[in-house]
Amino acid sequence: MALDVMIVDDSAAIRKILHRVLVQAEVPLGQVHEACDGKDALEKLKDAKVGLILSDINMPNMDGIELLNRLKADDNFKSVPIVMVTTEGSQAKVLQALELGAAGYVRKPFTAEQIQEKLAGII
Amino acid sequence: MSGIVTSEDIVTAVTEATEEVFSTMLNLPLEKLNPQTATSEPPGSDGVVALVGIGGSWTGSGRIGCSKKAACKLAGALLMSNYPEVDEEVLDAMAEVANMVIGNVKTNFEGKLGPLGLSVPTVVFGRNYYTRSAGVQNWMVMPFRTGEDELEIRFCLMPSQTTQSRVERLRPQVVA
Repeated sequence: MALDVMIVDDSAAIRKILHRVLVQAEVPLGQVHEACDGKDALEKLKDAKVGLILSDINMPNMDGIELLNRLKADDNFKSVPIVMVTTEGSQAKVLQALELGAAGYVRKPFTAEQIQEKLAGII
Repeated sequence: MSGIVTSEDIVTAVTEATEEVFSTMLNLPLEKLNPQTATSEPPGSDGVVALVGIGGSWTGSGRIGCSKKAACKLAGALLMSNYPEVDEEVLDAMAEVANMVIGNVKTNFEGKLGPLGLSVPTVVFGRNYYTRSAGVQNWMVMPFRTGEDELEIRFCLMPSQTTQSRVERLRPQVVA
């Protein structure tokens, strides 16, 4: 069954790389939606049902922690796995994300294998 | 937390972060050249420079500069595409490379200095331009070579003004 995915990152480069990695990982992709920050993601998720979200933490307008917080409080999205893919390596931020319900965390820079391994345990 | 970051710490942290980005995301060779200190801004530049600011109890700035040819090469390696000229994707790729390198240096130093913040990257592209970071007196300058191209990473970190003035206010009491 095809999996619709949303990639949230203010870097178009990272969105492109993650899209490519999902294809390489042979994830049965349906639609891949992209958003440039948390606010943009929430707007686009009004019209999109997704089965996986990959999100950066440090973004303008609305960061990944706030996005995670809002989605986990929303009945429509609280069961959707959200993986944080970020340069943010501080223990406090990572723990906060995991406590809020993030399904996992991958630090940038990452290899395709690291993303694949993380997703294998989630989807 | 020791609260002290030496020049050697900066060179080590920047080198490790750069090597990791080059080996995992770019798959390009990287050779470290001789680091040095600089008390002035770089002279008029050509090419691309990506800047990321650090904030918190310590403030600073990291910048990665290279020729437009090198920027196209790095972007091509990151995005697995061919870029004959600098375009928005090249600038975005340079921003992300700077974000990953300086972001990981920031994370490294948080163990010593406590939580630090990272700004959104800014990328400048042009000919014969000057950049200036207010208040910066000492840069650690770390050149690298990748193939036939070179890039230069500059990094500075200092106690923020608030912290500095707090330290200065406390100093007489400590001496007494």
